[in-house]
Parts: sequence; structure tokens; C-alpha cells
Amino acid sequence: METPQRFSLFRYAAPHMFYPLAGKMAPWFLAIAGVLTLIGLYLGFFVAPTDAVQGEVYRVIFIHVPAAWMSMFVYLVMAFWSAVGVVFNTRLSAMMAQALAPTGAMFCFVALWTGALWGRPTWGAYWVWDARLTSQLLLLFLYFGFIALTRAIEDPRRADRAGAILSLVGALNVPVIYFSVKWWNTLHQGASVSLTKAPSMATTMLWSMLVMALAAWAYTIAVTLWRVRSLILERERHTEWVGEVLDAAGERA
Amino acid sequence: MNWGSWSEFWSMGGSAFFVWGSYGVAFALIAVELVLVLRRRKHVIHRLQKLRRAAKATAARKEIRQ
Repeated sequence: METPQRFSLFRYAAPHMFYPLAGKMAPWFLAIAGVLTLIGLYLGFFVAPTDAVQGEVYRVIFIHVPAAWMSMFVYLVMAFWSAVGVVFNTRLSAMMAQALAPTGAMFCFVALWTGALWGRPTWGAYWVWDARLTSQLLLLFLYFGFIALTRAIEDPRRADRAGAILSLVGALNVPVIYFSVKWWNTLHQGASVSLTKAPSMATTMLWSMLVMALAAWAYTIAVTLWRVRSLILERERHTEWVGEVLDAAGERA
Repeated sequence: MNWGSWSEFWSMGGSAFFVWGSYGVAFALIAVELVLVLRRRKHVIHRLQKLRRAAKATAARKEIRQ
């Protein structure tokens, strides 16, 4: 008699269980990201009013803030997976961390780029060495460092470990970025959204920003799942199940 | 609705360069990332299939020799 399999999330910690699941989920998350982006852009450009102080240029906020949030959040998630990998020695965790890094770096760059373009008309400068900008630039270098380090080391076990240490140490930079506008009195404006205060911006502006942030989340999940699938195949290429996946892919082609 | 016409929309109150420069680069990077991720997958599958075929051939040759 067959014993019914009990459902457990931990089953998916095994690469050969996670691989097909990731493949099934990724397109859905990309579709969600697309729909949310369209809604967010519609709200941001056609519903949200012109800003009383900044005029139209403030509309950069709908891409700038979500990108900045994502760049910090992705780094923390990366550090989380690194910690899980170090503590429990699970293979998939390190792969997740490495799959997240390029997308985090992309969002970090977008945050800096859009910030520069927003800064020129509002502050009169593309770049200043203010605390938030500097710590955000450091975050970009931490991402690049993580990617370079994990790719430069041949032995995957050692690469995982080195990457984990870098991401855990680098995670200390994230609260510095986040609180920099409070700790130092600088050029960068304070947080527009706070958990303790009522939002200081118009509701439609806030909504379009939040919808864009959700879209960025869904996009990150989709791209990370696709990237981790390639990593899993590479790392597990000596196993029976990857052989089967490759044969099946060969028949389809 | 804040815009009287499309040209008014595209000019963004004179800030077109800053607004569209931000969105343009962001979406271009996202498109590039998607292409790279999908290309990498194809590349990995192709490379591993080659390795697998080579390994199978070596195994077959060994069997003939024995």
C-alpha cells in the first residue's frame, strides 16, 4: 500500500524538488509583475497629481523608491540565505543567494541612476557625497564584490562560504542606508513613507509607489527563480535527475 | 487626468529628460536582464548536454574495449 506523502515545505529545500517548482512559478510571477507595472505606471502618470513643489519631475519617485527598497531588501534576503547555508549546510541556500545578487545589483544601479537624474533638477547636482548616496554606492560595490568573489573561486563550497561571509558583513551597511537620513542631516529628503507616521504624500502617489514596489518584488522572484534553475543544473549535473532533465530538453529541441 | 495632449504628457512639464531618462534606463536594464537570464539557461542546457554526450561516448568505448 502506498503511504500518503505528507506535505512539507522542507521537501523543496532539495534541489531536485525545487527545480520543477521554480520553473512552474517563474512565469506566473513575471506575469504578475507585468500587470502590476502597468497599473502602477497608470496610477503614477495619469491619476497622481502634479507635485506642488517639484512639478512633474517628482514622478521619478515611482521607479526610484521601489528600486531603492528592492536593492536593500534583496541584499538582506541574500544575507539570510547565506546565513541559512552556513548554519544548516543546505546546498540550495547558497545558490539562492547567488541567484539574487545580479538582480539586487541591477536595482541598486537603477536607484542611483534615477536618483542622479532626480537630483539634478531638484538639488542642482547629479551627485553629492551625502551619507545616503555614499552608503548606497557602497551597496552597489558590495553586490559587485559578492558576484566577483563567488565567481572567482573555482570550488563551489569555498565560493559559497566566501560569499556568505561577504554578504553577512555587508548587511551591516543596509541599516546605515536606511537610517542615514535620520542620523545625518543631509541633502537627501527624509522618508516619504513611515510605519509610525501618517504618509506625507498624496494617497494616489503613495499607491502608485506601493504597486510599483510589489511589481518589483514579483519581478525579482521571477528572475531569481529562472537564474537559480540554471545554477541548480550546473551544480547538480552529476546526478541522475539532471541527466533526465537534459535528455528531455534534448527531445524537445 | 493631468494632461491636455500627448505632447504635453511627453514633455513632462519640461522635465522629459530626467523623467524618461530614469524610466528608459530602468526598463532597458530589466529587458537586458531577462534576455541574459533566458540565454544563460539555454547556454547551460546546451553545454551540459554536450558534456553528457561526451561522457556517454567514453563509457561506451570503455565497454567495447573490455
